[in-house]
Amino acid sequence: MSQNTATVPDERLVKGNHDFASITKLISDIPQEKTPLWWYIAFGISNILLAVMLAMVVWLVWEGIGVWGLNQPVGWAWDITNFVWWVGIGHAGTLISAILFLFRQGWRTAINRFAEAMTIFAVMCAGLFPAIHVGRLWTIYWIFPLPNSMQLWPNFNSPLLWDVFAVFTYLIVSTLFWYVGLVPDLATMRDKVKGKISKMVYGLFALGWTGGNRQWQNYEKAYMILAGLATPLVLSVHTIVSFDFAVSIIPGWHTTIFPPYFVAGAVFSGFAMVLSLMIITRKLYKLEDIMTVDHIEKMNIIILVTGTMVGFAYAMEFFIAWYGGVEYEKFAFINRAFGPYAWAYWIMITCNVVAPQFFWVKKFRRNIVLTFILSIVINIGMWFERFVIVVTSLAQDFLPSSWGYFSPTYVDVLTYVGTFGLFFTLFLLFMRFLPMISIAEIKGVMPQANPAYYRTQNGHSKKTD
Amino acid sequence: MSSKDTPYAVLAEFANPADLMDAASEVNKAGYKHFDTYSPFPIHGMDDAMGLKPSKLGWIVLAHGIAGLLGGVALQVWSMDIAYPLHISGKPYLNFPAFVPVAFAVVILLASFGAFMGMFFLNRLPRLHQPIFNSDRIAKATDDGFFICIEATDPAFSEQQTSEFLKSIGATYIETIPE
Repeated sequence: MSQNTATVPDERLVKGNHDFASITKLISDIPQEKTPLWWYIAFGISNILLAVMLAMVVWLVWEGIGVWGLNQPVGWAWDITNFVWWVGIGHAGTLISAILFLFRQGWRTAINRFAEAMTIFAVMCAGLFPAIHVGRLWTIYWIFPLPNSMQLWPNFNSPLLWDVFAVFTYLIVSTLFWYVGLVPDLATMRDKVKGKISKMVYGLFALGWTGGNRQWQNYEKAYMILAGLATPLVLSVHTIVSFDFAVSIIPGWHTTIFPPYFVAGAVFSGFAMVLSLMIITRKLYKLEDIMTVDHIEKMNIIILVTGTMVGFAYAMEFFIAWYGGVEYEKFAFINRAFGPYAWAYWIMITCNVVAPQFFWVKKFRRNIVLTFILSIVINIGMWFERFVIVVTSLAQDFLPSSWGYFSPTYVDVLTYVGTFGLFFTLFLLFMRFLPMISIAEIKGVMPQANPAYYRTQNGHSKKTD
Repeated sequence: MSSKDTPYAVLAEFANPADLMDAASEVNKAGYKHFDTYSPFPIHGMDDAMGLKPSKLGWIVLAHGIAGLLGGVALQVWSMDIAYPLHISGKPYLNFPAFVPVAFAVVILLASFGAFMGMFFLNRLPRLHQPIFNSDRIAKATDDGFFICIEATDPAFSEQQTSEFLKSIGATYIETIPE
């Protein structure tokens, strides 16, 4: 290296004085220790909410879609809002696990397992809504191209069908990717746990993993390929979700900015959700050495970037509505900001555009309490964004004589609240029984994992590896 | 477990990834073929040190991806144009631009299955038991241990000489794993 250049050393990804064994212990002890009291309390509450959700779904199926606040002209409201919101949250998990992997961002290893689990459970919550919003749940299999006695086939011209394929593919690929990442850690659990039955169960799911390099070679290749496949997939999923709206001719929906705008919004809300979960978890399980303040800061930068993109998209929608010269479009946007749903619009602007501005300041980016509060605020804002898009566009479209106003019923509200029960039930089970941080990958980003570390330390001549 | 004179392999432990890598290239140079290195995480450069050929997984994934593309297009062409042609707002029956999202999703889906199952297939997994698990020590390989295992099926294998050889290249622990 010549004298007039210098490299800025990266912050160490794992803080504290850890070696490989202490990392294994730190993470693999969590599923082995006695279940903490708070877990039972949280699990109990989640189960109650899950039961509420199931009751609401049963009531909906029994009585019909009329139990929701839907009307003419607002045929889509909380159901689709919740669907888009939950799918969007899932996107952060894939962004962290796939896109940051391809960009060789070592810091992702601390949170990828965790975020991928969040993705899978969020997509499950999302999938509920389109399934139940069809009303006749027992015919939901008609959305799949299955041979049937009526010789009917789905309409492949419809974005709603593209959405079915996109979301199902997303759920399956995310699960495969997550499981591939889990296998070496399940082997670690198999070798660590004491109980005979738990050893057998972990061993069964570890599939006979030995940690041999001939296995790692194919494993690493598979991991990279799955990351490469998940990257275009995650971008396509929210693009296709946005087509549900953009391909229609409703003023306020029929815009070409939707795909990038939806993807940015999805990453924005997803990172906020990862932060909310992570800030609580690192505290409860004392994982501050692995999920460090540096991680929080980096994630806050991504929130700032995507939040700014979302803010830009809001401004651009207004500009194009004016510039495009279509009077219905112009009305739709002025009506959003100043019409009957102005309250929702300004909540959205406050939470999504104003709130992230704090993160321009380094001190705020590294402030854990503020980050936690803002991560909740952002998710509220992103829910309102979807509500504003879905409902305001439908409520006042073309003819004033057919305008309406949507108000949710208790079934709308409790179904949405209940999905948190589903989400947290699954998430708590994940935290209890599986290593929530990728043990193998964390070791791989420690300086001790690099053979060159020992060569310089022992004063051997430096080899090129 | 059969008699003592037909062991499964000789297992040697090394202190750290650098020693393991150096030892792996020594073992490779000594002409051993049926051996593997075991570590809690993948070590970069180990494939070259062991003299492994690149993984064939990419080809499996490619084949699955092509099958997905053909299948995805065929499904849509057949159902929209042959099985159930339906006139929808003046669109052609073979509306290829509209077929892109589903065909894309099917490509990704099949390629991902290819990567997932192909990886386990190439690794000869799942297995309920591996002979190497007959060693108690190998459990460290998923924690903080670094091992080389030379199998008895290797033509150059001899329990005595192989053990001594491994010791000479810096093994901190040697064990013969019974069959």
